[in-house]
Amino acid sequence: MTQAYNKPLPVPQAESDVYWQKAKEGELHLRFCNTTGKAYFYPRDISPYCFSKDTTWIKASGKATLYTYAIVHRAPHPGFMGDVPFVTALVELEEGPIMPTNIVIDDPSPENLIIGMPLEVVFDHVTDDIALPKFKPV
Amino acid sequence: MADLRKSAAIVGVAESDEIGRVEKSNLQLHAEAAYNALEDAGLKMSDVNGLMTAGTSTINLGEYLGVNPTFTDTTAVGGSSFIIHIAHALAAINAGYCDTVLVTHGEAGRSARSRAGGNASDPGAQFETPYGFIGAPINYAMAARRYMHMYGERRVRQGMAEVAVATRKWAQLNPKAYMKDQPMSFDDYHNSRWIAEPFHLFDCCLVTDAGGAYVVTTPERARSLAKKPVWVLGAAEGHDHGIISQMKNLTRTWARYSGPAALQMAGVTHDDIDLAMIYDSFTYTVLATLESLGYCEPGEGPDFVANQRTAPGGDFAMNTSGGGLSYTHSGMYGMFLVLEAVRQLRGETGERQLDDPRLCLINGTGGSLSSTGTVVLGVD
Repeated sequence: MTQAYNKPLPVPQAESDVYWQKAKEGELHLRFCNTTGKAYFYPRDISPYCFSKDTTWIKASGKATLYTYAIVHRAPHPGFMGDVPFVTALVELEEGPIMPTNIVIDDPSPENLIIGMPLEVVFDHVTDDIALPKFKPV
Repeated sequence: MADLRKSAAIVGVAESDEIGRVEKSNLQLHAEAAYNALEDAGLKMSDVNGLMTAGTSTINLGEYLGVNPTFTDTTAVGGSSFIIHIAHALAAINAGYCDTVLVTHGEAGRSARSRAGGNASDPGAQFETPYGFIGAPINYAMAARRYMHMYGERRVRQGMAEVAVATRKWAQLNPKAYMKDQPMSFDDYHNSRWIAEPFHLFDCCLVTDAGGAYVVTTPERARSLAKKPVWVLGAAEGHDHGIISQMKNLTRTWARYSGPAALQMAGVTHDDIDLAMIYDSFTYTVLATLESLGYCEPGEGPDFVANQRTAPGGDFAMNTSGGGLSYTHSGMYGMFLVLEAVRQLRGETGERQLDDPRLCLINGTGGSLSSTGTVVLGVD
């Protein structure tokens, strides 16, 4: 990395250290509620479905479909000035949860961003400490 | 719940001395609006014993204004907060915590473009911001794209255009509107530049500097004042989620609860309402809100607003001030919905005055389509 990364960075918390550590290792991990049998995003120790503490981590397949997106033309922060147009998106993971991300795609347009299209996770190692899970068309 | 209809009234409303581009601090905008609203009511600051705001803490506001309230409330859930404060004023007055509540807003949204950064440990800062989910246009655009996918892009685009153009027509009748002198054609709308596709520039609210305030008091005091009391008839509130990626249905806001609940409390139906003041942070917000409130079925918003139905002379009066899209939007616009509602019900809006409106529904939306407050106001 020749230039300093100047976009906002996540600050891992006690509940999300595993998520960010696994991302650095190239894996997407989710929290899972054993009571309801459902995965959830974002990670928190107590289940948002039933407020049970009987929860665990699972490794996600990294497969997803496009749920919705925006093509951002006006950079919302100086760090994104060189990126416009870029794509913010919500993707539906194979395990069920919706997660916020970017779609890695050249020349984004409504013609090549089809809601429901299959995607797979890629990891953008933006600093030595942080890898952001992003998604690209399969 | 106890029948609280007409147990409190809004008796004063005002903007800050100027709105639009004003090089003043947030607190100065609060204070000017407070001064003007008390003057409008015919009350003094020494009459105020309830204080509410959002955007800054009431401890800072009370200090600045010189008030020691016996009831304080900094409910801050986005731009809807100032609608929700009406419900809280109603509750506090009825419980006897205070008898006269001052609610203020001030935000130099244009002059001070940076908004306070979030706490790094908040989910949004950790899981959305790093991807550029920054600011309302991007978040709402993703919801609008999903809505287009569900209900058809062409007809949704037309519905969004109808809202933008109709709202601009109202602004041209409001001397205080930022866009008063700038007409907008459908071509202007469609040709405006992309901000976050599917949002054009003209799908997005303004960014202005503005303060606003209103005063709520008891029926006894309200009847003693010069101006006609505007009664609180129904009020409901709540929220669905915080950050956009946690919204389970991107096309239904919490107005699906607060709308019917406020109408039921007031004992009226949609058809009884003479004016709808609907928070128009974006054109899309209006479509999703009208549907969530129950004015039409999911996906029917574009048909509901078709053929300039909400423009001056149309048969559904909405956002007669020119809205957040064309009148003013300082960052948390909800306050300004209240000002217009009260003025219309009092018959004070000049060229844009509706013909003797008796009932107004206000719906505020805050955050990323997160929170809502719905209020029904009326006059005798």
